Amino acid sequence: MSEDIGLPISHRQRLWLYALSGLVLLFLIAPSIIIVIMSFSDSTLLQFPPQQWSLRWYQTYFQSLEWRDATIVSVKVAIMTTLVATPLGTAAAYAINRGTLRFNGTINALLTASLIIPVILIGIGTFFLYARIGLNNTLTGLVIAHTVQALPLVVLTVLSGLRSYDMNQERVARSLGAGRIAAFWQVTMPQIRFSIVSGALFAFITSFDEVVVSLFISGGETTTLTRRMFNALRDQIDPTIAAISTCLIVLSVVLLSVAQIFGRRH
Amino acid sequence: MSAQSAFHESAGTNLNAQSLRADARRESLRLLALLAPSLFLVFAITIVPIGWLFWLSLFDEAGAFSAANYARFFEQASYIKTFVTTFKVAFIVTGACVLLGYPLAYMLSQLTRRAASICLIFVILPFWTSVLVRTYAWLVILQRKGLINSWLIDLGVISQPLSLANNLSGVVIGMTHILLPFLVLPLYASMKTIDTDCLRAGMNLGAGPAATFRQIFFPLSLPGLASGVVIVFVLCLGFFVTPALMGGGKVIMWAMRMEQTTSLYSNWGAGAALGVVLLVVTLALLGLFQWLLGARATGVWSSR
Repeated sequence: MSEDIGLPISHRQRLWLYALSGLVLLFLIAPSIIIVIMSFSDSTLLQFPPQQWSLRWYQTYFQSLEWRDATIVSVKVAIMTTLVATPLGTAAAYAINRGTLRFNGTINALLTASLIIPVILIGIGTFFLYARIGLNNTLTGLVIAHTVQALPLVVLTVLSGLRSYDMNQERVARSLGAGRIAAFWQVTMPQIRFSIVSGALFAFITSFDEVVVSLFISGGETTTLTRRMFNALRDQIDPTIAAISTCLIVLSVVLLSVAQIFGRRH
Repeated sequence: MSAQSAFHESAGTNLNAQSLRADARRESLRLLALLAPSLFLVFAITIVPIGWLFWLSLFDEAGAFSAANYARFFEQASYIKTFVTTFKVAFIVTGACVLLGYPLAYMLSQLTRRAASICLIFVILPFWTSVLVRTYAWLVILQRKGLINSWLIDLGVISQPLSLANNLSGVVIGMTHILLPFLVLPLYASMKTIDTDCLRAGMNLGAGPAATFRQIFFPLSLPGLASGVVIVFVLCLGFFVTPALMGGGKVIMWAMRMEQTTSLYSNWGAGAALGVVLLVVTLALLGLFQWLLGARATGVWSSR
């Protein structure tokens, strides 16, 4: 008997369900695991499991100026995007959460629109706009474009934090003489800070992994890591990319774990 | 009550009402100020360029006002083929996601919280792994000299490598893998809200497990399934990275066609028209969904 829900169905009767779901979970996770293992292979051929182990693809990655420069650009852009998108998104979520504005629904829809609008359209449109104002191939342009991509995630994450917070606490603080900013900073902020941190992590990873818009608006000295990877993959399957991919997977795991730990404490 | 005091009272409430209204207005302005930077950015980087592209799409290559960019879609066979391919991929991928995702979400919803959160890691981790990394992984697995082919040849199942990558099947497998979490997460969230008392009542009244599932659980899970299906389908229509890398140049989907017409042929009007139609179809599908079910499909991003 499954005790958790108390339905009279035994685990054995559900064995097929567990088996099927297990296969689907395997389908979801296997590609990442295969890439991580293959990145330590010594061979240029794609063998699995690898016959001999080495770190040569990591060496190629770290020693290549091109890959290193691209990585530095991506890290810079992701950090700046996080620093811009987090406060902007938090402020917007705070305002939306009040729900007193007219067109509140429209504003919400507008801010989360870039999750729905096909990215290719945003990429082409942004390229076209940037061509007129000279922002193509600049860090500023990349940060602005990535901020727009990251904003909805920050807004949604902080909004869900605010929804489980009682805004009356801030009102109490203000009636006791705290200013607007002091009340937010000392009363509201500490209670939603986990959502804000999660939002910031999502913003970072969104920017770091962004491909399509970067493909159009980055280039030359501001080529992002994902753009370089995309171009490399169009030509041939270079095992160096397995090493880079492993680094990206590790980054995702680390950031998600941090978000998870913060979330649990919340 | 004398007429005079009544007058004072109404003047008092008027004054109060006025200052309350002024206060509310000030408050609204402050909230707008908080929203202004975000709204400005979204407006400048999303709405303005799309509006501009729409404007561009209304002129032909000679610069004359015409519907030529749109008429092309019905006249040129290559465009029609692109649309057919796109919808074919979208239907297959959405179907595959439902077939794989529904049992998984159902199992997750039946597990204890602890077990479910462990299994969910397997769904959320790929969700947050770069699309590029996952496409690369599938290239490695599916290509001619890839893992599947070398395994099958070593085992003696096949003598010639199967062509799994660089064609439709590669695109479908890669996209199904990437989009599956978009179906599982909202579906799981909605299955979690189904009241188990309803199921228990059904079984109490004599329904077997299969009948309980078919007559009670499944209908109650349909709204969650619908929101997952809509979001997966819509994302399929505009998908770029996986078909571009795994289609081998043979599977031209909508977004790739947009990239080609603008980057390769610098035909901005035609590319813009493609984008406008893609956006209209996307918004129409989401609008239809919202109208039918009264829910927003963006829920997937906040249900994580």
